[in-house]
Parts: sequence; structure tokens; C-alpha cells
Amino acid sequence: MVADVISEVLVVAGAFLCLVAGIGLVRLPDVFARMHAATKPATLGLLLISTAALFQARDSASVVALVLIIVVQFLTSPVGAHMVGRAAYRAGGLLGPDTVLDELDGRHDTSGAD
Amino acid sequence: MSVAVTIAYLLVAAGAVLTLVRLVQGPSLADRVVATDLLLVLLSCGAGIFTVDTGNGTYLIVMVVVGVLGFLGTVTVARFIEKRGA
Repeated sequence: MVADVISEVLVVAGAFLCLVAGIGLVRLPDVFARMHAATKPATLGLLLISTAALFQARDSASVVALVLIIVVQFLTSPVGAHMVGRAAYRAGGLLGPDTVLDELDGRHDTSGAD
Repeated sequence: MSVAVTIAYLLVAAGAVLTLVRLVQGPSLADRVVATDLLLVLLSCGAGIFTVDTGNGTYLIVMVVVGVLGFLGTVTVARFIEKRGA
């Protein structure tokens, strides 16, 4: 009974992060700000929902799969976001008009990949 | 189906609709990559909510596969953007 309540709270919190990411993706001004919104459910949201599922798991295979999901997501999500951000910055012209400071301006190699 | 699970499904669905708006609007390829990646995460979250609802672990392996495929797709298109521009 207690496990049911805990997993209900966790699943709603994780789903709320998914909605916040959708709102951020539509409203934020440029690709870097949108990426900031989009990577929240990729780690924390999925962690909350997987933890909720751990409370409902009936066999050890489900527990193994859920831990694998959390580990894979925490390893791949920051790497993917970093690569998209780097590629978008190098492509150029994607910073929003409200950008105050670009500390990388003129300090990085724009000649292409690697 | 409990009230919490219904609310969670609705929240994820609303987030997915908003993500689709960004996917259609763009304007750059990088925006579409971010939106596609988020859409796969939301699919994964939906499978997780199903598991919470039923206690049935059938779709857990789908979550693992979607996670890995989303990463591979994102990295591939990121490399493409780096070479060809957004």
C-alpha cells in the first residue's frame, strides 16, 4: 500500500517533468536554451518513473532491466546533449537575439569536425 | 487504472504534443534533433508508466532499446550537422 502511494507520487512527478520539457521546447528562444529544457526528463524524469516502476516490479528480470535503463540513460544523455550543443555552436548562427555574452566567440576552431 | 497513472499519461501526452510543435516548426536541424530525442524519451516514459500501472515488465526491454537507439541517432545527426551545418 505504501509502495503504491510512493510510486504514484514518483510517476506523476516524472510525468510533470515531461510536460515542463515540452513547454520549454516551445517557449525558449534558441536551440541551446531548448536543449537545457529537453535534457531534464531524459535524466531526472526517467529516473523518477523507473524508480516508481521498481516499486511495482514483480520479478528480478524487471529490476535488472530498470537498473540498466537508468545506467544507460545517465551515461548516454549528457554525451548526446554535449554533441548536439557542440555541433550546433560550430554550425554557427544559432544563438538567440537576446544572447548577452558569448565567451567562446573567436576562441574556438570553426574549421569543421575534429 | 488509478487516477495518478491517468494524470501521468495526460502530462506526458501534452508534453509530446508540444514537442511535436517544435519538431514541425524547426527552424534549424539542431532544434529538430533535440525534439526527436525528447520524443523518444517521452515514449520511454510512457512505457515506464505502463509498467507502473500494470506491474507487467514486457515493455521494459523496449525502454532499454529506445534509450540506446535515441543516443545513436542523436550522435549520428550531430556529427552530420558538424560537417554540413544546421
